[in-house]
Amino acid sequence: MKRKLLCSLIAGLGLGLGGLAHAEISGGVVKVGVLSDMSGPYADLSGPGSVVAAKMAVEDYLKATGSKLKIEIVSADHQNKPDVGSSITRKWIDSEGVDMILDVPTSSVMLAVAQVVKDKNSIMVNSTGGSSDMTGKACTPNTVHWTYDTWMLAHGTGSAVVKSGGDSWFFLTADYAFGHALEKDTSEVVKANGGKVLGSVKVPLGTTDFSSFLLQAQSSKAKIVGLANAGNDTINSIKQASEFGLVAGGQKMAGLLVFLSDIHGLGLQTAQGLNLTETFYWDLNDGTRAWSKRFGALHGGKMPTMVQAGVYAGLLHYLKAVDAIQEDKDGAKVVAEMKKLPTDDPLFGKGEIRVDGRKIHPAYLFEVKTPAESKYPWDYYKLVQTIPADQAFRPLKDGGCPLVK
Amino acid sequence: MEIFGIPVQALMGQLLIGLINGSFYALLSLGLAVIFGLLNIINFAHGAFYMMGAFGAYLLLNKLGLNYWWALLVSPIAIGAIGVLIERTMLSRLYQLDHLYGLLLTFGLALILQGLFRNEFGSSGLPYAIPPQLQGGQNLGFMFLPNYRAWVIVASLVVCLTTWFVIEHTRLGGYLRAATENPQLVQAFGINVPRMITLTFGFGVGLAALAGVMAAPIYQVGPLMGADLIIVVFAVVVIGGMGSIMGSIVTGFGLGLVEGLTKVFYPEASTTVIFIIMTIVLLIRPAGLFGAQK
Repeated sequence: MKRKLLCSLIAGLGLGLGGLAHAEISGGVVKVGVLSDMSGPYADLSGPGSVVAAKMAVEDYLKATGSKLKIEIVSADHQNKPDVGSSITRKWIDSEGVDMILDVPTSSVMLAVAQVVKDKNSIMVNSTGGSSDMTGKACTPNTVHWTYDTWMLAHGTGSAVVKSGGDSWFFLTADYAFGHALEKDTSEVVKANGGKVLGSVKVPLGTTDFSSFLLQAQSSKAKIVGLANAGNDTINSIKQASEFGLVAGGQKMAGLLVFLSDIHGLGLQTAQGLNLTETFYWDLNDGTRAWSKRFGALHGGKMPTMVQAGVYAGLLHYLKAVDAIQEDKDGAKVVAEMKKLPTDDPLFGKGEIRVDGRKIHPAYLFEVKTPAESKYPWDYYKLVQTIPADQAFRPLKDGGCPLVK
Repeated sequence: MEIFGIPVQALMGQLLIGLINGSFYALLSLGLAVIFGLLNIINFAHGAFYMMGAFGAYLLLNKLGLNYWWALLVSPIAIGAIGVLIERTMLSRLYQLDHLYGLLLTFGLALILQGLFRNEFGSSGLPYAIPPQLQGGQNLGFMFLPNYRAWVIVASLVVCLTTWFVIEHTRLGGYLRAATENPQLVQAFGINVPRMITLTFGFGVGLAALAGVMAAPIYQVGPLMGADLIIVVFAVVVIGGMGSIMGSIVTGFGLGLVEGLTKVFYPEASTTVIFIIMTIVLLIRPAGLFGAQK
């Protein structure tokens, strides 16, 4: 009993002191936690590669600015489970002095961590989570959503494909919230651009054989088969579509969420001709090439995905904001500073962070090259169209974010 | 002509696809049934051996330059040999104990094997191309049948029926079945029962690896490919009757068909339909469709 009393007394004292504390770098160290999927289906596209990107950001920042900040990086595996993600976040913030949470794939985990981060007035700079709710009805003053979201994917791929003649669609949809949302968003875009949706099939999660669904897509005679799924589901459906001659028969596949690592896993023979939207590609310009080659040297020769690039750029911008106000404890204040400073990095170019937490930059519609077009390792995409920054993401007023007045 | 609003042609295509998936179920459940029927071990590592079979094909191609046809032979033998090693060093110590110990051991093994492969090869899987001889496909009028899938049905049927024939209708099969009924007596006739059991386990594991090699060109070669399939395959074995060879072959193909039809009429239920059938079968015939009531 006595001990309990003492504990609460100390805790209360801590709270009181915390309230009094003025701007400073807590513990003298800026501690960054990379929370990711280290061993599951998203480990290749984020995971350990995201940690590499974060380390590069710290190194580059200190070298470029000569800043005196002490920066430390820790990482953990959230196993794509919201409860695991939130409890790691709590532990990190409460007892290990972590000042900022980075990466966080899987929409459900992202939204759960966002809530914890808001309650504790910390920060999440999210790169890999998908749901556009993050900067919509679930937006918080403590979160920045960096690389992409479902709205951008639907609009980027959807409208570009319709405009290039793909005006009839059939969807293969993963049967859970993410897949449904992606199908709904994309259908709207297709219809708004004058195309039509001929049908869709809801595929249960964990299906390994897509041939039956592909046959339905084939007999729909739709010009475009839209894949509203992710990860291994996408890989398997593309692989089997090629086997069943969909592409050879004149239909095109549109991957709504496809990463460079997925294309690498599929091989060009199978993936060729696929349309997809990303906000970063390693072979885009000299800046991205130089950075990606350094990344590859540290990560077993693998080129970075857009979300790993987002981890780098997001952390770089965070460090600028912390240095500018010499403060890392008051999360909302640092995020406000991040929104005030214009963003500028070699990977995403010049941009800004909107009041709802959405990072704004251009998006690119790519087509996967044929094996004959690919000249060197990881030469996978050709640029079809650039979607300017002001059109790539959902307009501020449409998101329903309470921070937008 | 239409049946329940689905054109007959489309339905034919779906039935054929069901049959293809059924051939994988049959091949995998056959191995499980052989191992359970003759060793009384519930082999939860079966999915992991299937996965290793597929990786075997990938490694043979990329490290040694041996093509698909070699892999079909070499990979099952190599993985079967690993199975023999596991049986000798670990499983053979558990025969006197409850089923649960074997289940726990093989389940743990499966987790370890999957973890090792994930560490080494990543999670998004590796590509494996269809062998050039089997690329392309036939236009059957009602559907486009990839040549490779046709090959899978034929190969799987041949392997399944041969295995069934050997176990049910040859002298060797007779020894095996006798040894499970009464090992002491069979041993008394001068037959080396432990060696026979070891080889049987190796054979069952080899069957899983063979299914893995056949699956490699269709699915992504990934560390979790077996974990996705093994639960369904267990349901197949339970429905067919634990340990019944013919039961597992027939139910394997049959459930593939049922699943294929579900994918047309109500796709949302296609991953659950097999378990619904399992529940019904267990309620009516607890020993399974082909199992002997004891």
